[in-house]
Amino acid sequence: MILNDRNKAGPELKIGLEIHCQLTFLHTKLFCGCLSNYRNSAPNDNTCPICLGLPGTLPLLNKRAVEFASMICLAFNCSIPEKISFYRKNYFYPDLPKNYQTTQYNSYELSSIGYEGSIEFVGDSKSKTDDLKNSEERTKIRITRVQLEEDPGKITYEEDKSAANNYSLIDYNRAGVSLVEIVTEPDFSSPIAVRIFLNEIVNLFEYLGVTDPSLEGSVRCDVNVSVGGGKKVEIKNISSFKEVEKSIYYEITRQKTLIMHNIDVKPETRHWDEKRKVTVAARSKEEEEEYRYFPEPDIPRIILGSKFVSRVRTSMPELPIERLKRYIEVYKITEHTAKILVNDKRISDFFEESLVYHKSPIEISNWIVNELLTKINEKDRQGLTDHNTKGLDILTISPKQVAEMAKLVEIKSLNRTTAREIFDKSIETGTSPLKLIETLEIENISDEKSIVKVIQEILSSQPQLIEQSKNNPNTINYILGLIMKETKGRVNPQIALRLIKESLEDI
Amino acid sequence: MKRLYELPAFVVSRKIKEQEVTAEEYISIIIERIKHIDLRINSFISHNFENAITKSRAIDKKIKEGTNTGLLAGIPVGIKDNISVQGLKNTCASRMLAEYVSPYNATVVSRIEEQDGIVIGKLNMDEFGMGTTSEYSAFGPVRNPWNLEYVAGGSSGGSAAAVASLQIPLSLGSDTGGSIRCPSSFCSVVGIKPTYGSVSRNGLISYSNSLEQIGPIARTIYDLVPLLNSISGFDPKDNTTINRKSEYQTNNVDNILKKRYKIGVLNELIDESESEVAKNTRKKVKELENYGCEIEDARISLSHYALASYYVIATAEASSNLSRYDNLRYGYEGSPEGYEWNSYFAESRSRFGDEVKLRILLGSYVLSAGYFGKYYAKAQKLRSKIRKEFDNLFNKCDILLLPTMPVLPFKIGEKSSQPIEHYNLDVYTILANLAGIPAISIPGGLSEKGFPIGVQLLANGFNEQKLIDVAVLLENVEGFKTWIPKI
Repeated sequence: MILNDRNKAGPELKIGLEIHCQLTFLHTKLFCGCLSNYRNSAPNDNTCPICLGLPGTLPLLNKRAVEFASMICLAFNCSIPEKISFYRKNYFYPDLPKNYQTTQYNSYELSSIGYEGSIEFVGDSKSKTDDLKNSEERTKIRITRVQLEEDPGKITYEEDKSAANNYSLIDYNRAGVSLVEIVTEPDFSSPIAVRIFLNEIVNLFEYLGVTDPSLEGSVRCDVNVSVGGGKKVEIKNISSFKEVEKSIYYEITRQKTLIMHNIDVKPETRHWDEKRKVTVAARSKEEEEEYRYFPEPDIPRIILGSKFVSRVRTSMPELPIERLKRYIEVYKITEHTAKILVNDKRISDFFEESLVYHKSPIEISNWIVNELLTKINEKDRQGLTDHNTKGLDILTISPKQVAEMAKLVEIKSLNRTTAREIFDKSIETGTSPLKLIETLEIENISDEKSIVKVIQEILSSQPQLIEQSKNNPNTINYILGLIMKETKGRVNPQIALRLIKESLEDI
Repeated sequence: MKRLYELPAFVVSRKIKEQEVTAEEYISIIIERIKHIDLRINSFISHNFENAITKSRAIDKKIKEGTNTGLLAGIPVGIKDNISVQGLKNTCASRMLAEYVSPYNATVVSRIEEQDGIVIGKLNMDEFGMGTTSEYSAFGPVRNPWNLEYVAGGSSGGSAAAVASLQIPLSLGSDTGGSIRCPSSFCSVVGIKPTYGSVSRNGLISYSNSLEQIGPIARTIYDLVPLLNSISGFDPKDNTTINRKSEYQTNNVDNILKKRYKIGVLNELIDESESEVAKNTRKKVKELENYGCEIEDARISLSHYALASYYVIATAEASSNLSRYDNLRYGYEGSPEGYEWNSYFAESRSRFGDEVKLRILLGSYVLSAGYFGKYYAKAQKLRSKIRKEFDNLFNKCDILLLPTMPVLPFKIGEKSSQPIEHYNLDVYTILANLAGIPAISIPGGLSEKGFPIGVQLLANGFNEQKLIDVAVLLENVEGFKTWIPKI
């Protein structure tokens, strides 16, 4: 499918992605016992002889990393070979402690943990600015391969322009952290499709429990763009997903302009300059591709065996697509609502937890989607879509509170207006709705004697209503309105109507 | 009466355990001996004397208190300078690592210390293990104790020369293509390259990871076995080690003969070696025949391709292993301040010696895009063929016998400017590394001019016991004692 948008480039626009995802939920790095969570350490504290590449050290493969990577492969419908191996990619760079990266490489044999997958996604109906003609149409992206490798260290430059630097600082805390690289075929035909896809897969990573996308730098993306069947240009150095989209728009315009002036687009790597919002030539592709790959001799080939895949599959958490199906088929939630829930794992988990307290999926889902999310939208909707701020955390409300609200409405016949009042108060104060209803004494007036008493008070203060009711059936509704006003809407209208009728007949 | 430093380690260790002598006395004698002798041999790069004395006192205390002590109680062990010892300089005989101090112990070093062995110092070698003579050291060549004008063999030249010259009873070397066996042969000591994966490489500074193993060097098989037992076995810190811990024994001759080993003799390779080498090797075959061993002619058809295969694989791996040396994190005195990265890399890496540079260039070339299939992949293919060929041979016999080196020791400087001739010296030793099988070099007598000749035995993977058994047989014909250099 072609996603149409303002910068419509025609069918010849081809975009492919290389996504790097840190396995932040692993306890230790890929080849040593240092923590995967390097983010809280002072520079170069989270290191050991192995990840510093000191002479004589050997990589010790983290088997959990292979399992985590396999889960990603399965989520992307990739095949997993029975044997995998690691390769060395040799190049000199100060952030690489060994001046080679231990990775996987498929040119000489099938080495990578996953290959030939695909993933489908649906245009996101929430993205109102997308001008999607048909948001239900599915886009299929082929996955070339998924590979497991080590993250390099991090270089901090004194100045932005590398030429102007007097010094640069290297921090190896990140060196050796497990990284999964996912390479797609050039199947994207618009920047918007890329954005939707990225949000989709970040959500997927969260479901898999392999990475926390809210951590800075945990999910990164390089882009390949070619226009009009021309040469492929790679864009690197893109700091966030928002910038991914911008860099693609820029690159499309740049390449189109070149083509318009009959200038050949060079195959090259360009860096995204976030401040100036342009891509800048880094180095030309031809001179770059000499990595002297060869099999890592210190890690023997890993025989996964035939049972490995099924074992990983059974240990895998529920995927969003499976959860969506369950919500619709088992819980009978509308597809629209189900999708909103599933689109963010934290919201979906919140929903699931609420169900523990009160098993009423439809009512609870409505509370979450119609009430809770509206509130979050008001406060910071952006936070949820971009997965980089707290979302649910900005509201101090627990799944139990939502469950109690649903319970109040369903069991205690609480009407919506009152319920909303309680809900607001509950969110504001963090008090349980059940407590609120007791302490504020706004529990529904459900005993009929009290209602009859109110009716009689009204009828005795306005006796003309008795006459009017005989000629005008709407009088009953007027009386109901008075009762509601008197009780601040705390009576069940059905019961009240019946009692009004009875009272009038009795007279 | 023999002086303590002349005695085998197992004898001295027994004396220490029985409190006939103290470990401290022994270590002090050894230290004096090293100070006295090594000026001429140049086998040590650095010493660990103070720590060694402290350690020996602790062992004496243990023994006095009646605490059990290990297989190597009170025995000084020299460590090749490419094996990490915590707190000691680890130079690999290179200017590149002139100031590098290892912050951790290699697994083999920890295991020696667990057995109450004492690290006495770090031994000279060819830079990063690249050489067959121990001439390519930033600290000067190791001299052969039998004739100081001659090479000691390499790359573990210091390890073999220090043991041969009665400075220390035991040492560790590493063997990538013969680096334990060649100097053992040239200096007349016993050196074994164990089966690939049987000794941890954790802490061994890699030259060619898929080929090399750490192994012990001693003056007699009876000393070699306890050190081999101490260091071998599975190590969680090396994913290429295999979970198969076997205790090796020095059996008595009668029991060995009952095993009726079949000896395959690689006659073709014996014929191709220098005449005195061939003569002495045949003499060893004869001795085994006299024991009643069954002798057969055996042949390795691929031996002539092995050298090319070996140098492609070794240099390819080396080019990558050695790329980490850029002096950004450790290395020598010098700071990257004021340099642009690439020029600093170039500057620091110019400190490698010529032979190392040559091998890095070779290795980078064979791995470059488009050449991988032509060189590296082909070399690996040949390697698996050689493995198969050995498998077939070991279906027919228990042991293969051949010379360790095709030549006698030669003068320092004689071959150092002829790389191809130099590489050709490795032709008999690389076979075991390519196949991953164990190989031992044992003293095989002296030439007419008094230069040592080594005999090499090969066995199938994890059959070190067979090598030890046959070494026991040969030692008991004509003990090692006859061949101690006068220095």
